[in-house]
Amino acid sequence: MTLVRSIFLRREAGILVMIVIFCTAVGLYKPQFLTGQSLKIILLLTPLVMIGAMAQMLVLVARHVDLSIGSMLGFSAMVVGLMYREYPDVYWLLGFPVAILIGAVLGLGNGLLVTIFSLPSIIVTLGTLSLYRGLTFIISDARQINRSVIPTELKVMSRTSPIFDIPWIILIAFGIALMTFIIARHTQLGRQIYALGSNPEAAPLRGIDVTKVTLIVFTLAGALSGLAGILYASRWGFVNPSNTGAGFEFQVIAAVVIGGVSINGGIGTVMGTVLGVLLLGCVAAALPLLGIPGSTQNSIYGAVILIALLIDRSVRQRGINRTSRVVE
Amino acid sequence: MLIEASGISKQFGGVEVLSNIDLDLHIGEIHALLGENGAGKSTFAKILAGVHRPTRGKLKLNGKPVDISSPIAAQKLGIALIHQEPISFPDLSIAENIVMGRQAGGLFSRVPWTKIIEDARRYLDMLDVSLDVMRPMRGLSIANQQMVEIARSLASDSKLIIMDEPTAPLTPREVDTLFKIARRLREEGRTIIFISHRLEEVRVLCDRVTIFRDGAHILTDTIDAVTDEKIIKLMIGRTLKKYMRKHEVTVGETALEISNLSLPGIFEDISFSIRRGEIIGLGGLVGAGRTDVARALFGVAPAATGRITVGGVEAKIDKPADAIKLGLAFVPEDRAGHGIFSTLSVEHNLTATIPDKIAPKGIISRRHEKRISRKAVDDLSIRLASLRQPIIELSGGNQQKSILARWLLTEPEILILDEPTRGIDIGVKAEFYDMIGDLAATGRAILLISSELPELLSLCDRILVMSEGRVTAELPRESATQESIMQAAVPRGIRAA
Repeated sequence: MTLVRSIFLRREAGILVMIVIFCTAVGLYKPQFLTGQSLKIILLLTPLVMIGAMAQMLVLVARHVDLSIGSMLGFSAMVVGLMYREYPDVYWLLGFPVAILIGAVLGLGNGLLVTIFSLPSIIVTLGTLSLYRGLTFIISDARQINRSVIPTELKVMSRTSPIFDIPWIILIAFGIALMTFIIARHTQLGRQIYALGSNPEAAPLRGIDVTKVTLIVFTLAGALSGLAGILYASRWGFVNPSNTGAGFEFQVIAAVVIGGVSINGGIGTVMGTVLGVLLLGCVAAALPLLGIPGSTQNSIYGAVILIALLIDRSVRQRGINRTSRVVE
Repeated sequence: MLIEASGISKQFGGVEVLSNIDLDLHIGEIHALLGENGAGKSTFAKILAGVHRPTRGKLKLNGKPVDISSPIAAQKLGIALIHQEPISFPDLSIAENIVMGRQAGGLFSRVPWTKIIEDARRYLDMLDVSLDVMRPMRGLSIANQQMVEIARSLASDSKLIIMDEPTAPLTPREVDTLFKIARRLREEGRTIIFISHRLEEVRVLCDRVTIFRDGAHILTDTIDAVTDEKIIKLMIGRTLKKYMRKHEVTVGETALEISNLSLPGIFEDISFSIRRGEIIGLGGLVGAGRTDVARALFGVAPAATGRITVGGVEAKIDKPADAIKLGLAFVPEDRAGHGIFSTLSVEHNLTATIPDKIAPKGIISRRHEKRISRKAVDDLSIRLASLRQPIIELSGGNQQKSILARWLLTEPEILILDEPTRGIDIGVKAEFYDMIGDLAATGRAILLISSELPELLSLCDRILVMSEGRVTAELPRESATQESIMQAAVPRGIRAA
């Protein structure tokens, strides 16, 4: 197999091609789409989804799914918002460890339910999706945390930049992607997550502590959702019990699946996931330019997922057929 | 003495599958472990490998008592079990599969990729296997997967390597390679337990032989001290009686005729015909294309060119529904994968092919369904607790009977049976032979695919032998022998060894 072909067989190349085709097409129609300004818009649309996608990628690779990440995001953001409201003097950075810790506890809850009771994660997290959202309403008295409450230092993080004019919030998201890459590729934990997802029956026979690995994966997903929660407060400047994080799991799963992560576990890369997130970001940024109303966004997302999967399937199938013929 | 097992017993839910096994294994020997299906060979192997724990009994390793509490404990003690179809992580690289389970350090410690890759290469080199260690396991041939497993056992410096029926899925050439490696491992002072059904292999490879029967130890001796006849007699505990067909059948008109059936790369130029009342055997090695021909006939993966005539009329079979309409039935080889709906009840499994009969007015009638399935169960004497029992709870033989029963309910004229008696015990096998004979006697045409030569020889009127996608011999019942079938089955083409 030639190098070129082996690259083209990779999922990542396919998504990259889709991004290029999509951006070129939109750019031909609306040239301002291909400017640095719109790149920044695209990037600003992505950080939360990027972080959520990293969490979801690890969960899917382990042959589980976490539907509750939007609710964990909402709950963590609400706890932090309440903290800022009740204790206006608290040091603003404290919101980060609090959000991450709260998220981690919720994620651990998911993990415990999955491991101790051997329940399917799709059912457990469907339950906690509702449960955690309901708790968000209870602790907030169903009231929104307003702009005035969120510390200014936190809010400007999505505009100010320490380097290259890239806002903090984007740097954090890419930092998380890098961290996930290192975990997935270069730690024993990462390889065990892939092994577990690839063959759950064989995992214990090869000395993998399935319970421990599963708990870590769900806790990590919670912690990252918590981080996304405080970044939500930074980006939008408010926390709303019903809107914050609602539908987040859908965008995240869309990005991850487009990025080539298998819902059957064992397969998926950080690079693919990042590209999946960017493709969705491009679509989201193009919609207002093309004059498509935001209300159609969900159906467009849905269509993008299906188209991406169909293109990928046919391209890769052809690639595989060709290779096998070469082997003969 | 490497392993001394004394008084090993194992119970599963009150059923004793191993009783009081005493067995010593020498350092640097290849030790055959023989016995019928269900004799307890695999259970014993799994006890040594830490998968199961014995209910009673003691194990000594190098003279010291050991407790093999888990597969990892076994690995640390230097015991490796190689499954017939190796357990692996299909999405992980070969290199990772070789080292998985041996990593030092905690969960957040670094993966030493360079070392892993070098180690994996070295162990595969020791086996003279050239594989890209970074490619995923998925798509590797079973022979190569076994090699990776052996490399894995070398990586943990195993002193005892247990191979559970390793040769069954291999080609003769791959078997040769495996034997060479086994002998080399013996020279290095490692001990190998070789579990197999093939006596000829045991004879060329093994030093000593142990026979289990019904969970009990029957004999251990050097291989040269026992004859094949004695081994067989001890395994089955009685002399093997050749099965005879009960009926003399009058052969009717041609039921199925196929000519020049081809599917490029899979099988080529297949022609034969079956008449009513005839049983045609299709012999050959695994991978010769027999199942593919059956699948083409049944429309699962239709042939590219060629003609199929059913009852004298040219037929077009593009999907299984076409085949069913023409009166064909197909009992597939892979029972778990293609045969049963494992979570459904026996009853629903039986009636799955005949929706019209159980729902005469479009709505399923419980009364009809129950009557029909009860009769099917009685006809084939399927042993079960209740019709509503999930089919997966039945024994393999009774599952197989249920699948046959399901197809008989469609009142087929032509039956294709792919390895119908694989993995079922001798008693049920005999019942199957009777059933197949009865079906032929009632004027059905039967195509029987089997890897068991005695089965072909005793049941079939004619035997076609396939090799590398072609029919290499057509042997009438009178002149067919095990030798003549094997002669035709061994690949001789350019692609062959």
